Amino acid sequence: MSAFLRLEALVKRFDAAAAVDRVSLALERGEIMALLGPSGSGKTTTLRLLAGFEAPDEGRVLVEGEDVTAVTPVSRRFGMVFQHYALFPHLDVRANVAFGLESLGVHGVELDRRVERALGLVDLAGFGARRIAQLSGGQQQRVALARALAPEPRVLLLDEPLSNLDPTLRERTRREIRDVIHRVGITTVLVTHEQDEAFDLGDRVAVMRAGRIEQVGTPDELYGSPANAFVGGFVGRSSATEVVVLGPTERGGRIALDNVEWEIDAIPGRAFPPPGRALMLVRPEALRLTLPEPGAVPATITARRFVGPSAIFTARTDNGAVLDVVAPPRAVPAGARVGLMPSRRVGGGIHLFPPEGG
Amino acid sequence: MTASPRTRLFAAVLLAGLVWLVAYPLVLVLLEGVREPGGWTLEYVRLFFARPTEWRALWGSVWISVASVALAAIVGIPLAFLFARYDLPGGRVLGGLVALPAVLPPLVGVLAFLFLYGETGFVSLLVQRLLGRADPPWRLQGAGAILLVHAYSMYVYFYLFVRAALQSLDGSLYEAAASLGGGRWRTLRRVVLPQLYPALGGAALLTFMTALASFSAPYIFGGGFRVMPTQIVATRLNGDDRLAMVETISLTLVALTALWLFRGAKAVDGGAGGRKGAGPARIPVRSRPMRVLLGVLGWGLAGVLLLPHLTLLLVSFVPAGTWTIEPIPPAYTLGNYVALVQDPVRARPLVNSLWLATLATAAAVAVALAASVLTARRRVRGGRVIEALLALPWAVPGTVFAIALATTFSVHAPWAGRVILVGTLWILPLAYLVRNLPITSRALQAGVRALDPALDEAAATLGAGRARTLRRVTLPLLRPALLAGASLAFVTAFGDFVTSIMLYTYDTRPISLEILSSLRQSDVGVAAAYGVVLMLVSAAVFAVGSDRGGAG
Repeated sequence: MSAFLRLEALVKRFDAAAAVDRVSLALERGEIMALLGPSGSGKTTTLRLLAGFEAPDEGRVLVEGEDVTAVTPVSRRFGMVFQHYALFPHLDVRANVAFGLESLGVHGVELDRRVERALGLVDLAGFGARRIAQLSGGQQQRVALARALAPEPRVLLLDEPLSNLDPTLRERTRREIRDVIHRVGITTVLVTHEQDEAFDLGDRVAVMRAGRIEQVGTPDELYGSPANAFVGGFVGRSSATEVVVLGPTERGGRIALDNVEWEIDAIPGRAFPPPGRALMLVRPEALRLTLPEPGAVPATITARRFVGPSAIFTARTDNGAVLDVVAPPRAVPAGARVGLMPSRRVGGGIHLFPPEGG
Repeated sequence: MTASPRTRLFAAVLLAGLVWLVAYPLVLVLLEGVREPGGWTLEYVRLFFARPTEWRALWGSVWISVASVALAAIVGIPLAFLFARYDLPGGRVLGGLVALPAVLPPLVGVLAFLFLYGETGFVSLLVQRLLGRADPPWRLQGAGAILLVHAYSMYVYFYLFVRAALQSLDGSLYEAAASLGGGRWRTLRRVVLPQLYPALGGAALLTFMTALASFSAPYIFGGGFRVMPTQIVATRLNGDDRLAMVETISLTLVALTALWLFRGAKAVDGGAGGRKGAGPARIPVRSRPMRVLLGVLGWGLAGVLLLPHLTLLLVSFVPAGTWTIEPIPPAYTLGNYVALVQDPVRARPLVNSLWLATLATAAAVAVALAASVLTARRRVRGGRVIEALLALPWAVPGTVFAIALATTFSVHAPWAGRVILVGTLWILPLAYLVRNLPITSRALQAGVRALDPALDEAAATLGAGRARTLRRVTLPLLRPALLAGASLAFVTAFGDFVTSIMLYTYDTRPISLEILSSLRQSDVGVAAAYGVVLMLVSAAVFAVGSDRGGAG
């Protein structure tokens, strides 16, 4: 109950279809929560419910125990950085940043001081007299952040904060945003469809699909222990195929892929599934390439993609399952016959879920 | 954002007001045409069909409008190509001058043509002397005269629409066509022309509607030749009110038919948005003789186009009664202008037009702004109907609306939404307002649609309420649209003749009617001075309205 910001079973329907379906979240003071999901997953609607632009059909939003569900955006005191920044083009940088402070009745020397402080925070001190059109995309982004933070809102909302930037600029801006938010220590909710962004900025990440939260956790938890096949597939690289669960062992359990038996490690905190058909989701680093030998699933290399020091090989088993495997770039040529085995060195990375449609 | 109860109430009030001012008068006219004190009757419809003069007027309206479209296209399209595609000596200045007829209010244009090509006009007398004839070489009367004025004032639509469309064409289209082996003609026919169809359609529709509604030229030059708008006014003067209603309906039907035929055409604000990216480069004219020829032709043309403006200016210095048969006025004075300022009787129309137009413009801008924000932003029910009602007066000739308003507001029946306004100060601003709604709201709708809705939301998260957001964010960003809409509305109202002639009272007589009466008293200097004032104010307001610099 000590959560600073609490979303309680929020529901928002558009024409009977639920865009947000019983979304609940609790954030500690100063925590950064990333809402991650494909487009149409309800993450932006959730953010708009938080900002107060939309009224939920059910549920509540609480800040420090105070119900703000019916509070208008004007008096909610949530700062927001918009996807396309929504800077006022007819005002200069200073007037943009001062806008929210003026709403609070701040004026005179105090206003100047706080505008300068907000601009200093995003490293734009001295840019006050610039026109918005004179700024680069990254600078506009930072002005938008300074404008949102200047009135010292209770909560900061970021809508796809990096989607408008060149890929080369994104990483740097991401770092800058993270630094500023941490320095200010403000409770933040951000929406993104890029997992790099979510993992890098968010203390915790809420993965959303079809209006619901599928899993909330730290990046490590989401990657290492996905709650279901969707989270496993959406977060990080993985391949999926159907296997047969044979039974548990000391370390984990036994499964059969293409009639070849593998012993795999259990995922800490998760029970090994009962015998029968299952959907296997496997990380590329959880498999290794061997010669075609007993105990290995025979397969053919169909493609190879470089990713830095290693490469990802796509292997097609004789029964048609397609699996990605990480290996040194020159391990095998395309078209080679190989065997596939669980990698003992890594451990984990092989997740079993109930079979699709069953 | 979903509409709040207050917003919905506001929308309902707006909708009711528009129905009352725009739709209701037209419906009343429709009904009055088939009603008598005793009950329903088709007598006036029968009368309309039985009288050949009615048919001739209707047919006159149609063919004059079609011919105006053809003439305007013949003049405007080549000019547009010339200035958009070729780099001419002085091309920029010329390109602007060519659009000058647009700043002449219809009646002022007619006046200028009278001084130029009328029986004692400068050009007529010059030609008469050159040919050594005893009588004028032509009579500026009938269909020919009307068409001359129409061609002069309406080619601008084709010129502006086609030029904007040509400039917004992607320059690489020409290069692509050339790289595919398309010759100049084939590129024009297969690539460029098809892209111009919407602009051509838009210009044709605008020209047709303007020509159909045109009143000043037929009224002054028509003589025995009647078109429907002049016929309606004549019928009203004869006291045949109900026959005038039937005539009004017939004219409306022609206008609506034209709209339906051109329903695929481009919206009237033609090319305002335009495409980003490089337009096609202009083709430099290299050969020296060609440059000289084009230069002479271009400046010669500009001279012809400017003649009416210059003529007005010259005549405005002629003292009353001094200029009779001389080719050039023998005496000049500033007296006409001094009188406009000092003589209360002379100054009155000027003051009238100013306050009438200002009031009507302010009201039109307020209604259009409210309607645009409501329909574009808040997604209220009935938004489409509001937009349609705002656009409706454009589809109906001014004469028709004048009759409709005169009919509706000449009866005291408050329970039927009718009060007596005819004969009061209020009928003219009301009429101007209704006539101005389409242009004003089109400008503002475009402006509001171009605003990012996130700006409102950003202002809200920064603690700004509706009033502060409107004042600090929305209005400053809408400034260009507001100025454009207001200037168009003001210029139209300031120079209005067609509505005024049917609704004015002595106390509210506007400039246009004073021009008419000065002309009737052969007081050409005063008429011209009024014309110059109209022209200058129009030009100045246009200049302010198209100033897109500064914010945004």
